[in-house]
Amino acid sequence: MSRKNMIEAIRDALDVKMAQDDNVVVFGEDVGYFGGVFRATEGLQAKYGKSRCFDAPISELGIIGAAVGMGAYGLRPVPEIQFADYILPAYDQIASEAARLRYRSSGEFIAPITIRTPTGGGIYGGQTHSQSPEALFTHVAGLKTVIPSNPYDAKGLLIASIEDDDPVIFLEPKRLYNGPFDGHHDRPVTPWSEHELGEVPDGHYTVPLGKAAIAREGSDVTILAYGTMVHVAICAAEETGIDAEVIDLRTLLPLDEETIEKSVKKTGRCIVVHEATKTSGFGAELMAIVQELCMYNLEAPIIRVTGWDTPYPHAQEWDYFPGPARVGDALRKVMGE
Amino acid sequence: MNDEKPLSLHVPEPSSRPGDKPDFSHISVPEAGVVRKPEIDCTPASIRDLAYDMVRVMDDNGRAVGDWIPDVDDAFLLKGLTVMLRTRIFDERMFMSQRQGKTSIYVQCRGEEAIACAQRMALSQGDMCFPSYRQQGLLIAQDFPMVDMINQIYSNSKDKLGGRSLPFFYSERDYGFFSISGNLGTQFMQAVGWAMASAIKGDTKVASGWIGDGSTAESDFHSALVFASTYKPPVVLNVVNNQWAISTFQGIASGESANFACRGHGFNIPSIRVDGNDFLAVYAVSKWAIDRARKNLGPTLIEWVTYRAAAHTTSDDPTKYRPADEAEHWPLGDPIERLKTHLIAKGVWDETKHEALTKQIKAEVKAAAKEAESYGTLGKGAVPPVSEMFNHVYKDMPPHLRKQRQELGV
Repeated sequence: MSRKNMIEAIRDALDVKMAQDDNVVVFGEDVGYFGGVFRATEGLQAKYGKSRCFDAPISELGIIGAAVGMGAYGLRPVPEIQFADYILPAYDQIASEAARLRYRSSGEFIAPITIRTPTGGGIYGGQTHSQSPEALFTHVAGLKTVIPSNPYDAKGLLIASIEDDDPVIFLEPKRLYNGPFDGHHDRPVTPWSEHELGEVPDGHYTVPLGKAAIAREGSDVTILAYGTMVHVAICAAEETGIDAEVIDLRTLLPLDEETIEKSVKKTGRCIVVHEATKTSGFGAELMAIVQELCMYNLEAPIIRVTGWDTPYPHAQEWDYFPGPARVGDALRKVMGE
Repeated sequence: MNDEKPLSLHVPEPSSRPGDKPDFSHISVPEAGVVRKPEIDCTPASIRDLAYDMVRVMDDNGRAVGDWIPDVDDAFLLKGLTVMLRTRIFDERMFMSQRQGKTSIYVQCRGEEAIACAQRMALSQGDMCFPSYRQQGLLIAQDFPMVDMINQIYSNSKDKLGGRSLPFFYSERDYGFFSISGNLGTQFMQAVGWAMASAIKGDTKVASGWIGDGSTAESDFHSALVFASTYKPPVVLNVVNNQWAISTFQGIASGESANFACRGHGFNIPSIRVDGNDFLAVYAVSKWAIDRARKNLGPTLIEWVTYRAAAHTTSDDPTKYRPADEAEHWPLGDPIERLKTHLIAKGVWDETKHEALTKQIKAEVKAAAKEAESYGTLGKGAVPPVSEMFNHVYKDMPPHLRKQRQELGV
């Protein structure tokens, strides 16, 4: 057991799986010799050799297309896309190929691929280093979409994703790489070493896919969140004094409907929070599911707090990012205050 | 003084359109046997000319000439003739079945039979092909049961893909035939990834990627060449230039400015242009490229020059965009006729035997089609269970899909 930040936890997960399974290969832009622009693959090439961890040409479609071919052969590739904003050139290989390979071949060929990619804003990343494209993947049958919010989950979910025989989009909120972030950009950030979820067991363990976690227990209202927004939601609950139950979804698809239903039936109110743009975002799916499952238990309309329906701006970072003030307003509104 | 003139956009046009006399004067056909056969460990630069020339083995009289005559016996060539003929007769039967409403769509490979059949005969068990939808010869060359192919085409109760896929989108892992996708070009990049995996594991298997002239314009073609050039995995990269992408002639994919083989040279990949209707040349060049790959000498790009003699699919009418008799004027002739002429010239074949073989294959195909029909045709008779629709989306059915399946009552 040791304290790790999220980068170290991810690297540890890759190390554990590469040591355990010769079929695990790691590649992408700058992931080899240099160890990744975020240091997530540092030391892996030196330890496992260039045929297990290597640099790739700047071609997202090539990286994912190669991974699909490797998966068909029998490897378990863990390709990296440097920023989630740059995953779109690979969208055809992800949505038309990796996601459907098992279906169209009756399970004869599979794509046991885990695509790691840094996601989310709050870092002055502007339009192409801040996006949250999860809804583009939850809409594709055959994919699993995972997003951790802390080092413990990051390692356990990544190991579970690599071991999963279905293709997984593994979104890493880069704002959380070094420490939790509650949206108060004007305050110093505490590192993961001072946070209990920075406690990461050594060796192999998994956090199961498809299971949410209750990040904060509460009785007044349920907040459905994931990634950075989990920390923003907890902060908003503390600041407003409204006893919100914060659910960290962890896996967006398949979704843990049971935990959501149980919580909303208990609280009778629900807020959905995500960084991604609002229209047709994953929040819309969450609202629809809560409405279907909990209609007769709802005491107020479900509210969404999300990024605006604009490209992610640079100078207006903190007016775009859904911080604790906006979530707090929604909490008061849903409580009728 | 302003001497600038208005710019104009160049939009290539094929040499002839409906009503015109077919014109293939732009295709220069060198004599058979003149192109040299290099060592398999040659440098790409030393064979640049092979990307601009055309490897041909059989001359106009059906005689095999030059360095590329493959080391195969008559039985092997008769087998080649048989599987090409079987592929064509199979196609003709399935075309008719589509017209009779037994399936929704079919695609023939008429005129291109030599390419898939001969290359498959040069590959070994365990090698993996990443075909497009016009390489049915890869299966037929291995004596794959035709009735299983037809079951898939008919989406019937014995369709091993459970009715989930369009006709002719086969998937046959044990026969080295990767699952076909409707998205063009994707498999070309995947073939390179598969070959990289074989190299990573220290295996001896090779991959064979397939793409048409039109699809070389997809980004996947470029990515595949980059990755193949960078990592030098054991892959044969096949471009089947049949002159047409549906209604679009190969010039729109920039084949007019430069041929497809020469593109490999920008990546330092050995590249060869070959008469795709010459079974002996296809086998010999395939074998050369496969040997290179298996000896860890890296990828090879091959442009097969051929002609799409039939319509693009059963949904297409080529007389709307090209001369109806264009195929008859194709300078490289017909692959089956040419191998037949060769075998007759060798004295191991004759018209009577050919007629008997044709008759026998027609009977085989008819019997296979009949048997498949007894298991159902599209939407008629025995059909795949509706519940199959929900299977294989994931390894294990997640709760939301289980719920949807129950909602449908299956």
